[in-house]
Amino acid sequence: MADLRVDFVGIRAPNPFWLASAPPTDKKVNVVRAFEAGWGGVVWKTLGEDGPAVVNVSGPRYGAWHGPDRRILGLNNIELITDRQLEVNLREIKEVKRAWPDRALVVSLMVPCEEDAWKAILKRVEETEADGIELNFGCPHGMSERGMGAAVGQVPEYVEMVTRWCKQHSRMPVIVKLTPNVSDIRRPAEAAKRGGADAVSLINTINSVMGVDIDSLTPRPSTGGLATHGGYCGPAVKPIALNMVSEIARDPATADLPISGIGGIETWRDAIEYLALGASTVQVCTAAMTYGFRIVEDMITGLSDWMDARGLTEVRQITRSAIPKMTDWQHLDLDYVVKAKIDEASCIECGRCHIACEDTSHQAIRVEPLEGVKRRFFVDEAECVGCNLCASVCPVAGCISMDPLPAGAIDARTGLVVGADNRTWREHPNNPMAVAPRGPMATHRE
Amino acid sequence: MVSPPGIAAGRAPKDVLDANFVDIKPPLTALAAGIAADRCLFCWDAPCTRACPTSIDVPLFIRQIATGNRLGAARTILGSNVLGGTCARVCPTETLCEEVCVRVAAEGRPVEIGRLQRFATEAVVEAGHAMFERAAPSGHRVAVVGAGPAGLAAAHELARLGHEVTVFEARSKLGGLSEFGLAAYKETDDFARIEATWLLGIGGITVETGKALGRDVGLYGLTSEYDAVFLGNGLGDTNGLGIPADLAGVEDAVEWIAGLRQAEDLATVPVGERVVVIGGGMTAIDAASQAKRLGAEEVTIAYRRGLAEMGASDHEKEIAKSDGVLIRTHLAPKRVVGEAGRVVGIEFERTRVEAGRVIGTGATVTLACDQVLLAIGQKLKAGDLGEGSVALDGGRIAVDAEGRTSNPKVWAGGDCTNRGRDLTVEAVAAGRDAARSIDRTLRSHV
Repeated sequence: MADLRVDFVGIRAPNPFWLASAPPTDKKVNVVRAFEAGWGGVVWKTLGEDGPAVVNVSGPRYGAWHGPDRRILGLNNIELITDRQLEVNLREIKEVKRAWPDRALVVSLMVPCEEDAWKAILKRVEETEADGIELNFGCPHGMSERGMGAAVGQVPEYVEMVTRWCKQHSRMPVIVKLTPNVSDIRRPAEAAKRGGADAVSLINTINSVMGVDIDSLTPRPSTGGLATHGGYCGPAVKPIALNMVSEIARDPATADLPISGIGGIETWRDAIEYLALGASTVQVCTAAMTYGFRIVEDMITGLSDWMDARGLTEVRQITRSAIPKMTDWQHLDLDYVVKAKIDEASCIECGRCHIACEDTSHQAIRVEPLEGVKRRFFVDEAECVGCNLCASVCPVAGCISMDPLPAGAIDARTGLVVGADNRTWREHPNNPMAVAPRGPMATHRE
Repeated sequence: MVSPPGIAAGRAPKDVLDANFVDIKPPLTALAAGIAADRCLFCWDAPCTRACPTSIDVPLFIRQIATGNRLGAARTILGSNVLGGTCARVCPTETLCEEVCVRVAAEGRPVEIGRLQRFATEAVVEAGHAMFERAAPSGHRVAVVGAGPAGLAAAHELARLGHEVTVFEARSKLGGLSEFGLAAYKETDDFARIEATWLLGIGGITVETGKALGRDVGLYGLTSEYDAVFLGNGLGDTNGLGIPADLAGVEDAVEWIAGLRQAEDLATVPVGERVVVIGGGMTAIDAASQAKRLGAEEVTIAYRRGLAEMGASDHEKEIAKSDGVLIRTHLAPKRVVGEAGRVVGIEFERTRVEAGRVIGTGATVTLACDQVLLAIGQKLKAGDLGEGSVALDGGRIAVDAEGRTSNPKVWAGGDCTNRGRDLTVEAVAAGRDAARSIDRTLRSHV
């Protein structure tokens, strides 16, 4: 069986599955339940400075986007940082770490952008013997209006400054949690690195309005008829988060910065994808809040079995394994050609591929009426551009494949020889900026 | 009431009877409907729509359910099939829309189209929600004979198109076989009456109950008094057994079911202890299953051909089997055995089928019974039409694709004609299409 243990910037855990800083990690009772279920670590819900605690709304904190079967596809929240007294949290953190020494226990922090405020809280967290801290520069609602959370994370200079304070005033590893509510995620990541961060974690939640109740015309969720934007998370954000993780992992300036991946992770499969795109651990919240802590059993066994099947022995062997296969569009091979192929044996004749292609794409899927209500769908290679829309809308996985044409074949659509030149846009004669264009121009048939 | 020996009412206590006659396909809850609707793939040129005799746009109405547009869904259904409520309950969907659902090919289980149709129409028909408006008065008057599915569909469509309609119905209530035929567990809660009342809400339809063709009104008189006549009078006669059967306990299944359907209290419906139903169609199943559910000890369906040749669908046969009905094939009735004027048994000759013909083998078997229900088919009471009024074909009224008879002022549809398989949904389509044909003809005369 594969060894799932991880050492993330010196923080050891029995597996890479951690709970993100969020409601599931706000109290000892929850965290102990999580550890009993098998989670490798937690990031304790964000602590604020000493004094009167924040106050949450007593109306709905969450809004959900449901599938028709009420599966949660996306979730947003307007909950603030912990609303419990600092000393209560610190005492519980210490008790939990003592009782569960093998698990990772990282403490999320958010205090005003003043060096003394950070200095004060860092000292108190160190006394708990927690493994590290995570700087919450991402919370997009409520706290950001007070100059904290995303208000810091959106300004690289602030990110760098606060990170530096934390490194100066603490011996603990510092993980900087990034907000996705920026135009280029690499800027705050670079700033964190300049400030001396040991790692980054991402993404925090995305600014969101879940919808509008069309009976009352009130945005959702609302507090007594008034709504505010919240932070979006859950399965729907995973593709956005994966891109941001990969951007940081690919950027030479940050490629060596360890990453804890966050965003819509529900299964071991999701986790592997994050690892492959650069993460070393993953953090989960929405899936646990939907199904409870027991999902980690499947995550652990699923990852372990997958690794065993591939002969992998350590989690770090997965990290970055897909990064060499990520590039910019300009490096894609424009002479590589695929054509859709419909497997008639598994085709259920719904016609979705046909109408999607006919109405909205390239008119490349033909229909032949058969006996009764039966019909046969097939691809016209002279029209197919290999766009993958048909396979995407097909309800039967694997029924439509996108088959590469062999090198040397003639593409019936363009009349060009497949794979003859392996040109990217940078060498393509259609590109007026091409330095050394080669091969024939591409023309549109009418 | 006093039941004759062997045949008695109240064989089961009230709670058992009530449980035995609850809705066999109960309505979907909103949540269940949402999940069921989500399985629809919104096929292009959908097979289900093509399999529906009334061409209901199934993908559209299911999408309307999925988006919470239940009235729109009902409008889609009822615009094609005004008796969509009854058809949702009684259509053999497993041999129509649901048989060709692409989900069957995908996973062996169709979208529950019938139940979804019921969910949609409930919001309009049961709710008494007016949905259709009449066109400007045409000045034409049309007589409709028979208030079964064909007649009601024709009357509604004619009224919608602006004509004044008078419906002549031999029975005291509207609905035809929806009201008097079919198994009670298929059409519960007085639905046929509710539906007919809702349908008449469009206005412009005068109903004359207790007026039978050939007794109270004549076709010749109707054609002189009205601009057009639609015949939807069904099949008023039953086929004879061909052997002497004039014994107490031998009954016509159609009339027995009608008595059951009209009974205020199921505990007053007499049923034998040992019942033999002769026939192989839907009526045989409905009679046998209901006899069993009323508390008959032993119910046997005896059919002269093989199982596959039965008119009843596989689904119907399964209902009977799960009710504990024994289906015996290759038995042709030879002699009804009586004692003191009462049936005590029936002797069958074993048969075999060769090249489609039933051949007696000479071997016999006698089934002891105290009640025999004859479900051996119905036939047109041709005499009611008047000598030479309309041409017949195979004992039924000959019509073309739009319901025209040999008489230029007379149209016909439903079981009384030579088209279709005697399904409710086909009768609705025939009534609707004949109404449109009448409309075109009347307007072309102006």
